[in-house]
Amino acid sequence: MTVVDAESRFHVLAVDDSLIDRKLIEMLLKNSSYQVTTVDSGSKALELLGLRDEVDDASSPSSSSPDHQGSSSLKDIPVVIMSSENVPARINRCLEDGAEEFFLKPVKLADMKKLKSHLLKRKQPTKCQPQIQPEPEQKLEPPQPAHKPEEAVAVVTADGTVISDCNGSSNKRKAAAMEQQQEGLTTPESTKPRLSNSSLAVET
Amino acid sequence: LDEQFCQIEDLQDEASPNFAEEVVSLFFKDSARLMTNIEQAIEKNPRDFNRWDAHMQQLKGSCSSIGASRMKNECTSFRNSCGDENDEGCMRSLQKLKREHGVLRQKLGSYFQLLQQAGPAETATRPRGA
Repeated sequence: MTVVDAESRFHVLAVDDSLIDRKLIEMLLKNSSYQVTTVDSGSKALELLGLRDEVDDASSPSSSSPDHQGSSSLKDIPVVIMSSENVPARINRCLEDGAEEFFLKPVKLADMKKLKSHLLKRKQPTKCQPQIQPEPEQKLEPPQPAHKPEEAVAVVTADGTVISDCNGSSNKRKAAAMEQQQEGLTTPESTKPRLSNSSLAVET
Repeated sequence: LDEQFCQIEDLQDEASPNFAEEVVSLFFKDSARLMTNIEQAIEKNPRDFNRWDAHMQQLKGSCSSIGASRMKNECTSFRNSCGDENDEGCMRSLQKLKREHGVLRQKLGSYFQLLQQAGPAETATRPRGA
């Protein structure tokens, strides 16, 4: 695994139910020097982020203090949507709901540049905060120690019409959260096939 | 194969020297599975065009991601037939898809073989298949 150095790095969570697309986006992101984690479903993604359910977060012991902040940081995670369907109405809705950007699949290297410029724009000067990642996630993302001030971006692609509940709720949070960016774990969920057409989901 | 295939090749680097081949190999496995799903859907769910279309959308996505443009176009054709509720059209497209799939697999197989043969000059300093 790549060595994580002292400076901030972006950690991207890529979500897509297609193995091909996962592999592709992983390579694209690594090529652009991001740290990458891939999952194949929206619910796994939210689990990984410790954001599956606000109720869960409140009741689980690991969500106290430092972690709890992490649980609400979904709103601080930039989300990018990817889809193979070029439906302007849906794309606009995604963007209005708070998605940073929309990439039409197949995703290319040029899209990675766009991603970078978005993320750089959102970077705040006060970056060096202690890492606020829910502890449980650590085991899922071994290469990313909790104390690293990494930034995460979520890139999500929705492949089909399947939408899991958590996506629905997280969608609102994402929408609300888009305004601010925190130095938390923001994982770009680039490929999230689960995201439904209607919400912050990108059809892949 | 279209431009997207070049993108994939461009992503190859020293850390992943066989990336393109790996992705392609994954693609063939995955697409074979998807086509089987579609065939089963056609058999078990006659005229269930929505279902067929949903499966085909997945296949089309994969084709597009690796640059298999002829296959992708045939997927589109299939989906159009679904839209028209034309099951014969769907069947025809599926047959074409299977043919194209076979052809592509063969050609890419040869392609990667050639690359391996031509490769040694470039790859002398790093292990193959690492």
